Amino acid sequence: MELNILIICYLIGSVTFIIGLKMLSHPESARRGNLIAAAGMAISILGTIFLYEEGGVKLGNYIWIFAALIIGTVLGTIAAKKVKMTAMPEMVSLFNGMGGACAALISIVEFDHLNHQIQSGGATDSGTLLIIFAGLIIGTISFAGSMIAWAKLNGRIKDFAFNGQHIMNLVIFAVIICLSAYLIISGDPAAGTLFYVVFVLSIIYGLFFVLPIGGADMPVVISLLNSFTGVAAAFGGFLYDNPVMLTGGILVGSAGTILTILMCKAMNRPLSNVLIGSFGGASSGAASKDQGAYKEISISDSAVVMSYAKKVMIVPGYGLAVAQAQHVCHELEKLLSDKGVEVNYAIHPVAGRMPGHMNVLLAEADVDYARLLEMEHANEEFPQTDVVLVLGANDVVNPAAKTDPGSPIYGMPVLDVELAKLVIINKRSMNPGYAGIENELFFQPKSSMLFGDAKSVLQKLVAEIKTL
Amino acid sequence: MFSWLSLHQEMIYIVILSVFLGIEVIGRVPSVLHTPLMSGANAIHGVVIIGAIIVMGKAESNNLLALTLGFLAVILGTLNVVGGFVVTDRMLEMFKKKK
Repeated sequence: MELNILIICYLIGSVTFIIGLKMLSHPESARRGNLIAAAGMAISILGTIFLYEEGGVKLGNYIWIFAALIIGTVLGTIAAKKVKMTAMPEMVSLFNGMGGACAALISIVEFDHLNHQIQSGGATDSGTLLIIFAGLIIGTISFAGSMIAWAKLNGRIKDFAFNGQHIMNLVIFAVIICLSAYLIISGDPAAGTLFYVVFVLSIIYGLFFVLPIGGADMPVVISLLNSFTGVAAAFGGFLYDNPVMLTGGILVGSAGTILTILMCKAMNRPLSNVLIGSFGGASSGAASKDQGAYKEISISDSAVVMSYAKKVMIVPGYGLAVAQAQHVCHELEKLLSDKGVEVNYAIHPVAGRMPGHMNVLLAEADVDYARLLEMEHANEEFPQTDVVLVLGANDVVNPAAKTDPGSPIYGMPVLDVELAKLVIINKRSMNPGYAGIENELFFQPKSSMLFGDAKSVLQKLVAEIKTL
Repeated sequence: MFSWLSLHQEMIYIVILSVFLGIEVIGRVPSVLHTPLMSGANAIHGVVIIGAIIVMGKAESNNLLALTLGFLAVILGTLNVVGGFVVTDRMLEMFKKKK
């Protein structure tokens, strides 16, 4: 009877995951979808704790389980509630790493268990071994990789690459596969320590897999690692014949892969290029020719041209997010609208650090959805736009993506801001952006630079416009 | 190997069908929702915690390795699940507010 209830719990869990993901794809139902998936997860977890049995034996160690659940819940809630909206991507990466580590730990314990069985003369099952190894390797790579992605987005570590790194990665990966294959096929109990060699090598592989990838590509990597963890969870489902782990894991595995591909499409680059490309490395050296001079514009001049313009387009980028300037930005927008200026936002699909990140940030500041224009729409508007205000965006407005086949971002769809009558670019300095590429836009006669931190510049602009 | 296949036949079918289901469900998501979606999916793969609970629950009291690693795994899994859903909810809360 109780086992039947557990089956129903798992059925509810699996269905809520599917419905949740489905509802997450529509803005009106997204929040409910998330809650539904969470409810299904809670039912599956509680069902497992109280109803799961193996060979007629129920689970024990309740104190330990609940202690761990409480610790995890408290820490997780605090972390998730306290994180700033701008730091969201690294938070997702961190949580993803936790899931990967969880999958790896399960594999370690189960291998130890199996190893004891083998040593005491039990039969080996190569299928089970295969599942344990797959869970270990994928979970560990996801964990190590996520930690690097997290630290990179945090700014704790910089891009790091050396010659032959990709070859070294391939060699490490080949060694992992060969060692695992040997252990699975031979089932040699004496070779048990080799399991830990595979574990350590997987950590190293995860680190070096993500280290050379440029910071701008981290969203793609996080999405990919997200689907890795999903697959690792699914292997756990095989291990315990657990349908909810299987469906949940595989759903995330395939959904994450599709999301990764969608992100790459937004940048018009194949995934292989993202993973091997070492974006922001020395590749752009040839392009760094002398671009000539740029001109600057003062706060008061900017305030005047924007106040008397008919149409203003704001192009928010990561600089805006870093400076936490979304609220001031909204204030500027309201102020200009009151003066009769038509203000819109041009949102590049990969602006910010994740697709849709910019929308989240602007929504936080109460910006009206109708004002957020997607790239295609915005590009139609630029020729009729009087002033474009670029706030801390760089690569997404770089015309080199259209004109210079040698540029690392060549082919990426960009916002055609240069079609507008005047372009004001707010940046902290002339340093090249995330991708480390010069931007010829800054040197065009229509462009003017407005240096400074996005927030303080916007505050001064608001103050200036109020006095006009 | 073949015995393993026949033993897990149904699960292999689930895997293949779930792959297509995942692609179908995600394929129509507007880019606005990509970040919350990634975060929501991230929370869902936290279902791996069920494995951790099973490991923990069936560990004998003298098996220190299983107890400590299982304990750690449950904490990490909970972080993934709870943190993931709460962060996603926070993001989506802002979408709702605009109306």
